[in-house]
Amino acid sequence: MSVVQIMFYIMAFITLGSALVVAMGKNLVRSIFMFFVTLFGLAGLYVLALADFVAVTQIVIYVGGILVLILFAFMLSGKEALATAQQQSTPYITLKNLPAFLLAALFLVVMLNVVFKADVNNLPWVKTAIATKNVVPVNGTINDIGISLMTRYLLPFEVISILLMIALVGAAHLSRKEDAKA
Amino acid sequence: MIGLNDFMIVSVVLFCIGLFIIVSKKNAIQILIGIELMLNAAILNLVAFGKYDRINNGGQMFALFAIVLAAATTAVALAIILNVYRQYKTIDPDKVNQLKD
Repeated sequence: MSVVQIMFYIMAFITLGSALVVAMGKNLVRSIFMFFVTLFGLAGLYVLALADFVAVTQIVIYVGGILVLILFAFMLSGKEALATAQQQSTPYITLKNLPAFLLAALFLVVMLNVVFKADVNNLPWVKTAIATKNVVPVNGTINDIGISLMTRYLLPFEVISILLMIALVGAAHLSRKEDAKA
Repeated sequence: MIGLNDFMIVSVVLFCIGLFIIVSKKNAIQILIGIELMLNAAILNLVAFGKYDRINNGGQMFALFAIVLAAATTAVALAIILNVYRQYKTIDPDKVNQLKD
């Protein structure tokens, strides 16, 4: 077992374990903070997939932006939200949750089947990449990303910037007080 | 050596946990967290395949785009949740059953 493998299993365990706590927990605040741990574990997995820039972006955007937004929404929606979250029954798999559990478990079986049938490690382009030693981290990953962002992926970049602006304007409009309407 | 299969298995399990959260929870914020988990499972797949595409960086680029899209989605969804709370005094999606005021 190499160090990378051990790190992978630790990160996968942290990610999946905290995601399970999010799924099973009854306390809303605790599940939000466990989601935080899940995001950090995912950032670690991205580093192991040689995508350090994506990992840093994940931490900055998800942990810095989305999580703070979710906490704000939770605090602004007051006591009712907490009451709804807490009145869920004690056992983990109740009769009420059984359909959801069945759906998720069966979907898991189907998807695992797909993953094993697909045999992605033997895809032609993956084999070519391994054969040409294309997997090792090149010296300037961030350099590469910046260059391809401005050349090859310029159109998606512009489209997503416009979409981001539209979404922010829309969010600001939606969360405006109703009586402030002119 | 870690293959693609390991990443895909982690991402499949994460996706199914997100599905379970979306179907079983009675709170709009928790459902949003489930959606975020599913999005993250998809991004993990993009990044894992992007490991073998170092020339064009396709996987990493679209993982970045997906992260930005997730941020935009969350902002709009939370604004909607706040409006629903103001309107109905609850954020249980089962109790929100009218489209008009």
